[in-house]
Amino acid sequence: MTGTQLRPTVGTDTEFQPRLSLRRKVGAVFGVLTVVAMAIGLLTLGTLIVDVVRDGWSVLSWDFIRNFPSRRPSEAGIRSALIGTVYVMVLVAVIAFPLGVSAAVYLEEFAPKNRLTSFIELNISNLAAVPSIVYGLLGLGIFVRALTLGPSVIAGALTLSLLILPIIIIASREALRAVPPSIREAGYALGASRWQTVRMFVLPVAMPGILTGTILALSRAIGETAPLITIGALTYIAFTPKSLLDPFTVLPIQIYNWVSRPQPAFHQLAAGGIIILLAVLLSFNALAIVLRARLQRQIRD
Amino acid sequence: MTAPTTERRHIVVPPGSVALRLENLSVWYGAHQAVRDISMVIPERSITAIIGPSGCGKSTLLRALNRLHDTTPGARVAGHVWRNGIDLYAPTTDPVWVRRHIGMIFQRPNPFPKSIFDNVAFGLRVNGYRGNVAEQVEQALRAAALWDEVKDKLHANALALSGGQQQRLCIARALAVKPEILLMDEPCSALDPVATMRIEDLMRELAKSYTIVIVTHNMQQASRVSDYTAFMLAGEDRIGELIEYAPTREIFIRPRDRRTEDYITGRIG
Repeated sequence: MTGTQLRPTVGTDTEFQPRLSLRRKVGAVFGVLTVVAMAIGLLTLGTLIVDVVRDGWSVLSWDFIRNFPSRRPSEAGIRSALIGTVYVMVLVAVIAFPLGVSAAVYLEEFAPKNRLTSFIELNISNLAAVPSIVYGLLGLGIFVRALTLGPSVIAGALTLSLLILPIIIIASREALRAVPPSIREAGYALGASRWQTVRMFVLPVAMPGILTGTILALSRAIGETAPLITIGALTYIAFTPKSLLDPFTVLPIQIYNWVSRPQPAFHQLAAGGIIILLAVLLSFNALAIVLRARLQRQIRD
Repeated sequence: MTAPTTERRHIVVPPGSVALRLENLSVWYGAHQAVRDISMVIPERSITAIIGPSGCGKSTLLRALNRLHDTTPGARVAGHVWRNGIDLYAPTTDPVWVRRHIGMIFQRPNPFPKSIFDNVAFGLRVNGYRGNVAEQVEQALRAAALWDEVKDKLHANALALSGGQQQRLCIARALAVKPEILLMDEPCSALDPVATMRIEDLMRELAKSYTIVIVTHNMQQASRVSDYTAFMLAGEDRIGELIEYAPTREIFIRPRDRRTEDYITGRIG
């Protein structure tokens, strides 16, 4: 039969096989599958938190936060690691955010689209997949030795910044690309320069997405241990860094140190350290989320 | 194929009242040519409509007039657009300067996701306006016949306005930076008939002081609002060309080219 004559279906439907009940069932099955997937994620997180809190709750106290690490578990605290983590993370945010966003703005808004830029783009994606210990070796070679910064706070922050730079760049580019071209054209048509258009019209609209990417990137950096051990961050430290060039340690290293001890008391300390690490991570994220929500509200009303 | 008649592609304009003179304007997207060899004169303080079927290059031509193609990767323009003896495509001409003097209204209203006031004030700020910004914003909103509707909610988000109001806001925003020419790319295609009528009334009012070039696929609109009409058509090679250009009444009553006649009587496109 040639398909030139289209008529409304009259009576029994032989040309189509709607299989409505099957389609409904397939939909229901996939609905259940997605719920299961989410449940697995939530259960894992829940188990982790319950387990850690059960082990570590007893060691949580002001003394635990105030004290330096010690050979005696009852006196040991995480002061140097906590301060080290806060120092390093603030520095990482200050270094990696502007660099990453600027690189993304260049690639997305200014760079000509040619072979060189697509080569650069490809390599940024590759960099995001490089194991973190390789960044540790890079940091050791460049920051610690060549620039003679030593195993210092700034060397650690620079190393972690390099590590998360590709993630921030990729997320920022996605956010910039999602800004409708009509916004850019509206800017250009009013006689705004390219930079004015980007700064006043494009970046504000893209900022919530950029911040989401930055949150994810910082969350990755805060948990990194390997690259910092590689550049020589200390595992035992009984003072807080006074300057950017002082040696330091961070929470994951302290936790790793405690976990590897044989005595059970230290394992409790490790669990307490994990709770503190999660708390620090969540406060960083909360800050970024509040910032993002405020920006979104600004854009919407 | 030889063009049946090509003589009516020029209108008579007194020398002192030319807004734009297009000279052999061609546009390419990558390897594909979209518009070929357009030469025409756009008279001052009047409305010139560019009509033609989809894909004939009319929007492409319009976007060449304020150098918007400069911002599109892969787009290339050849030829000249003269304004008061200055070639807008000369290497020394800054496209940002061009766009401040030749404003543009787009097919879909595209206000910034900001307040009504900020939408109009932005153009003033980026161009370093030295007068009273609030006063200029009010003037622009009045000129776009929007002031009475928004004067009590200047700091509300522009996206809360109706489509027609948004489009008039975009006109106000363009007027605020004091352009002499307004390019309109199917400004009413996303609007209902009432909002369309208001924009058309506004265009007639604006044409007393501004030069307007409007691209439209609505022939009734072209015949209602414009003083001059240019008909474009893409041939077998899909490259848009100017077929006929004349005062609007003549185009619609006595089209000289058979293709123009076919189009305006609805036989093609």
